[in-house]
Amino acid sequence: MADSPTVVNSSEVHNPALRHHFADMEQQRESSEFGMWVFLITEIMFFGGMFAAYMIYRYLYYPSWAAGSEKMDFWYGTINTVVLICSSLTMALAVHSAQVGRRKLLVTLLIITMLFGVTFLVIKGVEYHGHWVKNEFPGAGFHVEDVDAAAAVHIELFFSLYWAMTGFHALHMLIGIGIVALITYFSWRGKYGPDYHNPVEITGLYWHFVDLIWIYLYPLLYLISHTHKA
Amino acid sequence: MTTAAVQIPETENYLNKEYGIRSWLLTTDHKRIALLYLITITFFFFIGGFFALLIRLELLTPAGDLLQADTYNKMFTMHGQVMVFFFLIPAVPAVLGNFLLPIMIGAKDLAFPRINLLSWYLLVAGGCLMLYTILAGGADTGWTFYTPLSTAFLNTHVVAAALAIFIAGFSSILTGLNFIVTTHRMRAPGMTWNRLPLFVWANYATAIIQVLGTPVLAISLMLVALDRLFHFGIFDPNRGGDPLLFQHLFWFYSHPAVYIMILPGMGVISEIVTCFSRKRVFGYKFMALAVIAIAVLGFLVWAHHMFVAGISVYAALIFSFLSYFVAVPSAIKVFNWTATMYKGSISYTTPMLYAFGFIGLFTMGGLTGLFLAALGIDVHVTDTYFVVAHFHYIMVGGMVMAYLGGMHFWWPKISGRMYPEAWGKLAALIIFVGFNLTFFPQFVLGYLGMPRRYWQYSPEFQVLNVLSTAGATILAVGYVLPMAYFLWSMRYGKVADANPWGAAGLEWTIQSPPTTFNFDETPIVTTEAYNYDELQEVPVGR
Amino acid sequence: MTEHVLPKKTYIIVWVALMCLTVATAAVSKVELGPFNAVVALAIATMKGLLVVLFFMGVKYISQKMTIVAIVAGLFWLGILLSLSMADYGTRAFR
Repeated sequence: MADSPTVVNSSEVHNPALRHHFADMEQQRESSEFGMWVFLITEIMFFGGMFAAYMIYRYLYYPSWAAGSEKMDFWYGTINTVVLICSSLTMALAVHSAQVGRRKLLVTLLIITMLFGVTFLVIKGVEYHGHWVKNEFPGAGFHVEDVDAAAAVHIELFFSLYWAMTGFHALHMLIGIGIVALITYFSWRGKYGPDYHNPVEITGLYWHFVDLIWIYLYPLLYLISHTHKA
Repeated sequence: MTTAAVQIPETENYLNKEYGIRSWLLTTDHKRIALLYLITITFFFFIGGFFALLIRLELLTPAGDLLQADTYNKMFTMHGQVMVFFFLIPAVPAVLGNFLLPIMIGAKDLAFPRINLLSWYLLVAGGCLMLYTILAGGADTGWTFYTPLSTAFLNTHVVAAALAIFIAGFSSILTGLNFIVTTHRMRAPGMTWNRLPLFVWANYATAIIQVLGTPVLAISLMLVALDRLFHFGIFDPNRGGDPLLFQHLFWFYSHPAVYIMILPGMGVISEIVTCFSRKRVFGYKFMALAVIAIAVLGFLVWAHHMFVAGISVYAALIFSFLSYFVAVPSAIKVFNWTATMYKGSISYTTPMLYAFGFIGLFTMGGLTGLFLAALGIDVHVTDTYFVVAHFHYIMVGGMVMAYLGGMHFWWPKISGRMYPEAWGKLAALIIFVGFNLTFFPQFVLGYLGMPRRYWQYSPEFQVLNVLSTAGATILAVGYVLPMAYFLWSMRYGKVADANPWGAAGLEWTIQSPPTTFNFDETPIVTTEAYNYDELQEVPVGR
Repeated sequence: MTEHVLPKKTYIIVWVALMCLTVATAAVSKVELGPFNAVVALAIATMKGLLVVLFFMGVKYISQKMTIVAIVAGLFWLGILLSLSMADYGTRAFR
């Protein structure tokens, strides 16, 4: 295979996948790609609200933030980061398979991507359970040990944002797995090939974006403190 | 001359192409979806209006004698939430924008027709949840959901209301997304950005705000829900949280939201003023840039809603300073509409009457916005009826008039029928009188110190309140009339041809009502917008 | 319709780079650098983010330049939210 990006010519106007309000496949492909990017920008702003809350409270209550980060599980967080990066690789390779028309490889890679996603959620679930039994869930029962008084006042805030940010991220992962499952089914049915594979590409965009959010959540939540009681 | 007794054979159009409820509920035709939206938002307009009437009835007397205080709180909350999220935000974009945008750019449909239908279903779903909220007893947070009242102190249906608005917000985001991609990717050959009708520019600018701002509303409502349901305490001062953080996130959206509400209306006015002055718009480029400037600048001013909430004085100064700037592009638009009319050939049709009303009332509303931008004045009039009057001048005197003007202007295109012009003019006049009687006294009341959101007031304010309530009753009559005669016209109205106004624009080159795919052949555009100097003189109102 | 198909090797290389950066950020976090811990962590996260956006999401070879405008706009708007709210929080101490 060549090292530099190749140019793939695709079909004419009579592609069965052409939707009638579009003039040609190029317009359809460009529209769906641009549309997904616009949607991802709305997601930047959605998560952005929580990043703003995080940033403001970290600015105001840094000791509580460091103390809270200390209570995070360094290894679960790091392993999950690795899992998601691997899932982005398999997703990108899946898109490539669709572009060159390798159906079986496409289906396999999509399934592996989903497995990585499920692994992420399982590890997250274990992590959540760990916090839950230690009373590290905000509310009346919230209680943390071994923090000094200054940090203790606002550590519940840190946990509120931890649960909210990772919770919404996990929800987006779950939705992503659902979408990939749907695309896997259609791929298995032979719907995608070099002439038409928009849905695989835009699913890939969504998946990578959810990975991107985690790439920021990981240092912001897990890496503030240097002692990392695992 | 045709009369109601004569049946004219109808050509095939988007209305008669298919019959049956499934063909409507599963349609992907942007024009049918526009009508679905029309029914939905009209329904919610009357619900919101009902709450307004209850408010005005209570305020006839200084004592709190009609409703209990808590119930009154629910009235203004539900009035605000229903009117803002289920009428004003969708109205022009989802009805007129949906119908006209593809046609104005020479396309067969929006870029994503199925997502368009989904947007409508989301609005309906949010609306159903809002109806449930109302029937179950409502929320009483004020439309602004301020914390910690909403998160820690109330036991009304706050989460339900928040979720209803969240779902409606998703509808708004998807519409905005659709409009942006459509405008970029689906323009006909020759339809360059510089030839787009200003209505398209206005909806495009609106779509930018919808896409960038609404998600922040979504997350702020989600955090309120988390605080309530799971006792998170993100906004609870007793647990270290800052109530103002909610206000920052809420107003980051809700200020630009007011531009979502007004910009499409401004687009409508540009179309109406050019047509009924039979002139090109004055300063096309500035008009287009102005809507983009409003969209951008509108994001930089949100904390002017928080001057007395506890933000730092320096932040207040910065936001006050920035708030003055957003008036500049708005003023440019008012000047340019006026200059468009200068030495034009003016026709006093119903849409043009609404346009006159808009320009005058929007200007008053906008200028009083500058009073509020001034930090020193705001400290005295904030949370009084001055603010209530200010935003109603823009929302009702501006936006609703623009919406009605647009509905009258494009009604022949949408329905294939003319509305009765005399009734149209009468309703416009009634609405104008009713509006001013309702809301001008409120400026005075606010300046004199009457607080908003109170269910009782000092006796010296009663006369002005009575005037305001009288006005509201007249306004209500004015609003019912168009509904009645539009419905009447669908069966008995004069049949309209493709271009009864002699207007410029691609929508007037196709039949009334349009076919499902709008154009038989993709148009090729060779002229600028509003090329009235090239069009033949046509008697108006055929 | 034309599009650029990146060779599989490119994706593997990017993946290796992402793994190395992950190890790096985890390792650096164990070292006390004061305020620079945050700076380094965010810098590495941004480098990882750029790799994902440019290569996995294909922005480096994208045909629609408007998409880049949209991405920049989105990030800029997030910047407005963050910076103008800090205009309040950052100056409260001076009240």
